[in-house]
Amino acid sequence: MMETRDSRLLTPDSIPKLWRMTRLHFDPVRQRPVLLYPEGAVLLNDTGAAILELCNGSNTVAQIVGILTERYQADVGDDVTEYLRLMAERELIRAG
Amino acid sequence: MPAEIPTTLLAELTHRCPLHCPYCSNPLELIRAESELATDDWKRVFTQARALGVLQLGLSGGEPLLRKDLEELAAHARAEGLYSTLVTSGLGLTRARAERLRDGGLEHIQISIQDSDPEVAERIAGVRSVKHKQAAAAIVRELGFAFTVNVVLHRANLDRLGSIIDLAADLGADRVELANTQYYGWGLQNRASLMPTREQVERSREIAERATQQYRGRMQITYVLPDYYEAFPKPCYGGWGKLYLVVTPNGMVLPCHGATGITTLQFDDVRTHSLDWIWRESEAFQAFRGDSWMKEPCRSCPRKGVDFGGCRCQAFALTGDAANTDPVCTLTPLRRIVDDALAEPSEEMPQYSYRYLTGEPQRV
Repeated sequence: MMETRDSRLLTPDSIPKLWRMTRLHFDPVRQRPVLLYPEGAVLLNDTGAAILELCNGSNTVAQIVGILTERYQADVGDDVTEYLRLMAERELIRAG
Repeated sequence: MPAEIPTTLLAELTHRCPLHCPYCSNPLELIRAESELATDDWKRVFTQARALGVLQLGLSGGEPLLRKDLEELAAHARAEGLYSTLVTSGLGLTRARAERLRDGGLEHIQISIQDSDPEVAERIAGVRSVKHKQAAAAIVRELGFAFTVNVVLHRANLDRLGSIIDLAADLGADRVELANTQYYGWGLQNRASLMPTREQVERSREIAERATQQYRGRMQITYVLPDYYEAFPKPCYGGWGKLYLVVTPNGMVLPCHGATGITTLQFDDVRTHSLDWIWRESEAFQAFRGDSWMKEPCRSCPRKGVDFGGCRCQAFALTGDAANTDPVCTLTPLRRIVDDALAEPSEEMPQYSYRYLTGEPQRV
């Protein structure tokens, strides 16, 4: 279980993965996606959910940026990196 | 003031418990087994809670494993889309039951520990429990649940905070919740033996801060300060009737697990009303929503949107009026009540008054 380095530090080559105890869920009451985890929940917008869905343990940060830049036809690099950094700071995603 | 959407439901499935901790958060008047809700009542409550917007469910007690239908209830909660936490002492968590809970979709288990010193731990719990808890923690790890260790802190264990945190890590916890005792019900009854000294509180704050850095990335540490030593009260669950609701073993719906202590309020029952009606319309939930109920100094205070006047249960328990400012607040003259409690002579530690059902044979 011991991790040898700080899993909050992300680089373009890191492979961010949702913490194993989180669950992405669409809440029909609030009509928006939510990220559930032990004794907490983050209400997401569609873009946030799109980023987190790609944190599946196979994409690097650079690949996630590439996929979303393609999808939204806009340079989303800074926004995506900042979002991932915040989620990693909260330990909801871990760098692999 | 219109109701918002709640996020969290604490289901006190039973008040029966093998432990007798003198700070138990259950009320002094414990509900007996014969008054407990039936399986179908609980399932209906969980379905209604999800429809109301609840995302997080605490399956708590007492000891929820004493309910034989726990697995069925946990599976129903998951099918409704709730994220559930089993809040347990660990006693009674066999491998077979843990597997059934996991297969039904339970995601998170929280096990209480009383101390890192086994002798003191069992003195607090009032029962042999340390080995059972170690075995339960191993099962929780092995089956891959999210795992939190929770510890109530007080005068007899606060000096071992560092080794308590290390023990939680050794047990394999993903998270550890360290909460100083709150003084309602059993805790208030035992306040003279539970209240730590100021020196203990200050040392423990430093230990918690250091450990938080030390374990970062491996185990999350939450440390809840003892509010009597703070200058301002705690914002209870974001304010009364805002995000949180509790259902007691016999179906009463409360805005906070301590609210039955407010004897001037009447609480409604899930057997006679829908959860939606109770949340939106019932008198008890509307009583302290928003800020129109506030007196001075809260009414004109810039902090009223930060701490909402503090805890209504504590205001009632210490002043007899639930609409008073929480006497922890140093902006109210009522603060002298808390200061007097802190000044109580603390050389001698009185015997604990253990948590027992009235008439239950006491083994301690």
